[in-house]
Amino acid sequence: MEEIILEMRDIVRTFPGVKALNGVNFVLKKGSVHALMGENGAGKSTLMKCLVGINPPDSGTIILKGKQVTIPNPLVARNLGIAMIYQELNPVLERSVMENIWLGREPMRGKRSPLVDHKAMYNNTKALLADLELDLDPRQKVKELSVAKMQMIEIAKAISFNADIVIMDEPTSALTTNEVEHLFSMIDRLKKRGVSVIYITHKMDEIFRVADEVTVLRDGSNVTSKPVAEMDINSLITAMVGRELTEMFPKIDCPIGEVRMEVRHLKVPGLIHDASFDLRRGEILGVAGLVGAGRTEMMEAIFGLRQKSGGEIIIDGKKRTINSPVDAINCRMGFLTEDRRLTGIIPVLSVKNNTIIANLDRYKKAKFFLDHKKINRDCLEYKEMLNIRTPSLDALIQNLSGGNQQKVLVARWLLTNSDILILDEPTRGIDVGAKAEIHSLITKLASEGKSIIMVSSEMPEIIGMSDRVMVVCQGRITAMLDRKDLDQETIMRYATSISNHAVA
Amino acid sequence: MGTENVVLKLANKYAIFVILIVMVVALSFLSPFFLTGQNLINVLITESGRGILALGVAFTIMSKGIDLSVGSVVSLVSVIVASMVQDPTYTARIFPNMPYVAPLVAIVVGLFVGTLVGVINGSLIAYTGIPPFIATLGTQIIARGIALIITNAYPVPMLRQDFKDIGQGSVGVIPNVVIVFAVIAIIAYLLLNHTKFGKSVYAIGGNVNAARTSGIKVEKNLVEIYAFSAFCASLAGVLITSRAASGIATLGTGYETDAIAAATIGGTSHAGGIGTVPGILAGILILGVLNNGLLLLGISPYLQQVIKGAIIIGAVVFDMRKNARKH
Repeated sequence: MEEIILEMRDIVRTFPGVKALNGVNFVLKKGSVHALMGENGAGKSTLMKCLVGINPPDSGTIILKGKQVTIPNPLVARNLGIAMIYQELNPVLERSVMENIWLGREPMRGKRSPLVDHKAMYNNTKALLADLELDLDPRQKVKELSVAKMQMIEIAKAISFNADIVIMDEPTSALTTNEVEHLFSMIDRLKKRGVSVIYITHKMDEIFRVADEVTVLRDGSNVTSKPVAEMDINSLITAMVGRELTEMFPKIDCPIGEVRMEVRHLKVPGLIHDASFDLRRGEILGVAGLVGAGRTEMMEAIFGLRQKSGGEIIIDGKKRTINSPVDAINCRMGFLTEDRRLTGIIPVLSVKNNTIIANLDRYKKAKFFLDHKKINRDCLEYKEMLNIRTPSLDALIQNLSGGNQQKVLVARWLLTNSDILILDEPTRGIDVGAKAEIHSLITKLASEGKSIIMVSSEMPEIIGMSDRVMVVCQGRITAMLDRKDLDQETIMRYATSISNHAVA
Repeated sequence: MGTENVVLKLANKYAIFVILIVMVVALSFLSPFFLTGQNLINVLITESGRGILALGVAFTIMSKGIDLSVGSVVSLVSVIVASMVQDPTYTARIFPNMPYVAPLVAIVVGLFVGTLVGVINGSLIAYTGIPPFIATLGTQIIARGIALIITNAYPVPMLRQDFKDIGQGSVGVIPNVVIVFAVIAIIAYLLLNHTKFGKSVYAIGGNVNAARTSGIKVEKNLVEIYAFSAFCASLAGVLITSRAASGIATLGTGYETDAIAAATIGGTSHAGGIGTVPGILAGILILGVLNNGLLLLGISPYLQQVIKGAIIIGAVVFDMRKNARKH
């Protein structure tokens, strides 16, 4: 399998204000799984968008199967045998599974017939799904499916194109362990067919598990390209950030004080069944569980974003009425949501405005006006503290990379001086360097006496950062584990079954 | 997922038809004239023209757009076609040697000009990125202006009998206009459910990015969608002119409101990607039955307007709840 199927040479791509790709080279061997790594903003997505025809390069050459090609739009890419599965899934929610898979290339009743052959569409879809061992109804509306299933459909779609090259952008970010295994077996199947896979991920363990080669990009340029066998975690991290990361999770042991918040018998119809737990000062409470267990819903109910049908929230000994985020913020709570694109950033506003938006009262001057000097000063301070990469504070947040957007959101809540911070997947889609920065920050906040609830699906993060871990399974708290009892198997055990243990 | 949920789901899905049936039943009790053959045929005749308009506009709404120009297309086509088929004895006063233009030719010319407006709409929207609201608002005003210029605001009366027969005639008991309405409804249904074009309409309205990535020629389809809407409006214009026996530049004023209302009540979502032909037909009939019923009961036409507006709002609130996402 030494045959080279794709070569990208000297690719340059600029956007207003930033040179995303500065002469990048990429070589893909046939039948290989090639991991593409780099910090957020390193250029991975941009490089792939060049390959897929969404953002053609400004200059450079693309050689596919020995012939030079230009890829001006996605249709050309598709016809050349290049398929991409995006990190942010984009199905037509109101349409069925089969209509989504065959969109744009529906089977017709006859060669010249203008009529769509729904029967053939159904049968083809059924066969395709069966081949991938997916138990789905081709006629079901996609909006009724979980995110994980939507992703599987995307993969099925790519495979149905008989693509030679399949690009997967952070494919496992919303998958459970079982689904990840399923994905890996699918990738194996692709390899056996001679399909090459470009695998973009931040997850180190996945690279060592599934990739044959790895290319690391940094700030729009190549750093290294090697077979995975010749690398280890430390050399990978060094390549990505250009510095040695000695401590992945710099947890400082800090004194944990008395109980700050008690949640008693929280109920959300259909989602949360009688959840109760305490949160102490200076504590980092990890919330573990499978995708769909109800962790986010629980946090939304506590923060007043979701209606609860029962339960009390007691902060500093007093019962509080929290029916909306305003109430929660007044109780000095902050909430970093799971999906920054949907519920976090305001895409068309600047970095500055996104940062201060939860805190406008603080910047009021003379009742009606805003104190711009103070705003600029604070935003600059946080920009530096969190190492937010942006051309300026007035840049539109939608132009920043995902990881930097996340940092802006963290700044937003830090700015509100919340005592209780709920972080829902705070480092999802963020590279190792930024992750470590955010982890240090979280630990620092805890050491200053703040209480932090951290929902996370990444085991190492939960185990490394938490003082206690609350495991949620199907809307119930199945375990409250102390730091000393934390290990992957125990957490997974409680995450997958409703045990009879009483909760601490 | 108990039986209670299933019933609720069915009720949601077919609510609009239930409402239509309830209205028909209620009116048949309230007025002795409602359920008579003559009255029902009248309802159908009145709703045929508006119905064709609604079907066309619905396609634009489903593509996450709107077509405000349909009323003006009706008037533009009306004056153009009427000008060609006036009674020679009438026109002889000023134009003694007017050539004979066959009705079919006049109609084709009218359809062509009307559809052209749609092509312009679609092109503006697809290639300049102007919001459909603005593009069609502009053409709405321009088209009507052109109609007024052509006629100098005078009506175009005294149309030839062979032209009037088209709109006023029937095949047996069924009026021609109703037949045309039925044919367009069938065509709309086939287009939407059984052709690539229909799938594209849903995709463009539901998620234009997904449509583009799937290789759908979004721009080309948008032009086709707005052309179809204008074509329907042109056809309606021909039929209404034929029935009214006169071409008037102010004909069709406000028709776009009724068309959009009917489509919306019928479950076509302005968020794009949602709508069905049976639903639209139900929406058309609900408005038609409402109009007819209130008329028979002697209720002020102004009150009709208030009720109509309330129904539109109610229908959209209902649809929003029904279409709310699971997540």
